[in-house]
Amino acid sequence: MNVVVCGKVIPASSVTIEIDSNTKRIARKGVTHELDPAAASAVEEGLRLTEKHGGTVTLVTMGISDITIGIRNALAMGATSAVHILDDAVAGSDTLATAKILAAAIKKQEFDLVLCATESSDSYSGIVPGQIAYFLGVPPVTFAKEIAVDGSKITIKRQSESGYDVVESTLPALVACSSGINEPRYPQLKGIMAAKKKEIKIYTAADLGLSPDQVGEKGAREKVLTVGRPPKRQAGKAVTDEGEGGKQIADFLAEIKVI
Amino acid sequence: MLAKASEVGKAEAILLGPSPEDAAQTLAKHGASKIYRSVDAVYRDYLTLPAADTVAALIQKHNPAVMLFASSYTGRDIVANLCARLDCGAITDVGDFELKDGSVEATIPALGASYQNTSTLLNQGTKLLVVRPKSFEPKVNEQPLAVEEVPAASDEALRKVHMKERVVVKREGPSLEGAKIVVSGGRGLKGEEQFAILKELADALGGAVGASRAAVDAGWVPYAMQIGQTGKTVKPDVYFAIGISGAVQHLSGMKTAKYIITVNKDAEAPIFQYSDFGIVGDLFKVVPQLIQELKKRKGA
Repeated sequence: MNVVVCGKVIPASSVTIEIDSNTKRIARKGVTHELDPAAASAVEEGLRLTEKHGGTVTLVTMGISDITIGIRNALAMGATSAVHILDDAVAGSDTLATAKILAAAIKKQEFDLVLCATESSDSYSGIVPGQIAYFLGVPPVTFAKEIAVDGSKITIKRQSESGYDVVESTLPALVACSSGINEPRYPQLKGIMAAKKKEIKIYTAADLGLSPDQVGEKGAREKVLTVGRPPKRQAGKAVTDEGEGGKQIADFLAEIKVI
Repeated sequence: MLAKASEVGKAEAILLGPSPEDAAQTLAKHGASKIYRSVDAVYRDYLTLPAADTVAALIQKHNPAVMLFASSYTGRDIVANLCARLDCGAITDVGDFELKDGSVEATIPALGASYQNTSTLLNQGTKLLVVRPKSFEPKVNEQPLAVEEVPAASDEALRKVHMKERVVVKREGPSLEGAKIVVSGGRGLKGEEQFAILKELADALGGAVGASRAAVDAGWVPYAMQIGQTGKTVKPDVYFAIGISGAVQHLSGMKTAKYIITVNKDAEAPIFQYSDFGIVGDLFKVVPQLIQELKKRKGA
């Protein structure tokens, strides 16, 4: 069973995310990057499934050259190879343009299953996986908390508002994994060394048969008008506990008429 | 959403799948001047694809200015399918919006609410918006009941993702989303057992217990209790952040609470910036004392 993992490499969690005021996008150039923890969970799930059923795990991702470090991280975890869509023309893509590009790249791979994160940890729109599934013509199952494959059948426990649903689909399919589906492994030295020799295929939008008006800012349907800081909440009173802290909270609750 | 839709224009609703008798009535009561309905079981038994197909057909037929979806599991899935199918954009996580000469301007709290953005959609035709829970106050705005039955999605190709079983995980007390009082714990709780004192506090106030991602990742409490960017969004009257530092991930799920009460031993914790009342101190002393005090005052 061949798995394509579609995930993102994002500014590292140690980096304070800044917005470029000209482009109104997240500033990414020259920033330390890492494999999105949400994508790492999808990679982990792909590895577990192929360890059980055989096959390959291919990471498909898009971004500037700074993201190579995160791609290597997925390869060090054990992914077989990677596809990197590296093209200035794709900068500024909205969810739809992103999905078109990723779907075009996935179509060039052999796959039975596409795994995504439910949402990336830097922009979290959560609708790219469903769009990719449509372009690939495969059924989408999102918010998976458990995945089991049996032949050409896939069974997923899917989070719901009141618990979880058990849903079933045929392969090929696209499954978006929710955070907490697993604990991603840390790359071991052997994996890190092996990753250096693994293939990263580079594509441009043109390689994928996409015209310039389908991708990047030109292909985007959503336009960000303004970015700004929301008004700060007026911080209230904070007191140091001198043995009466619990009582003081009770007094506050009485003051706001909760008790 | 019906309240907001009625405010900016004429509100209509789509109701798919088997539903309670009075579902259409409830929609009309809150402002839906027309309800497109199919009670076919296909929408219940197969995920996303049948519903997206029917909604797409309705959009193409009626060409509404804006279509609103709840930020629910189902809502996001349908919108994703519609975008790809209709080659249009969508704005997710919308907190508010306005219509300006046929275009839409939406406000979105972004990047864990450390920024607020406004966005618009450039595509012609219907604008798709996915709305954050509790963005608008519901209003009673009774409309005469007008239901139009629509044909159910019948294409076999749409029956791909089969719903086999719905498992309800039992929870005690009020649900997090609906609770007027939420008591949440984070890394400062130091372990699973200590959540019991939060439960005790929540019970004393008739509230629900939540958690930060740190506590969930540590395995102390289940994911269903996680509040924040990748968890639930709550808007209670009172929110207790106990042993929670206040990472943006968490703040985005609770900062619209009416009152935020904080207990943390670190006076520099960012959560104090958002608190209405904070105690810098040991939660294992402060919380038990608060519980005692509540019991005492209730008895008095």
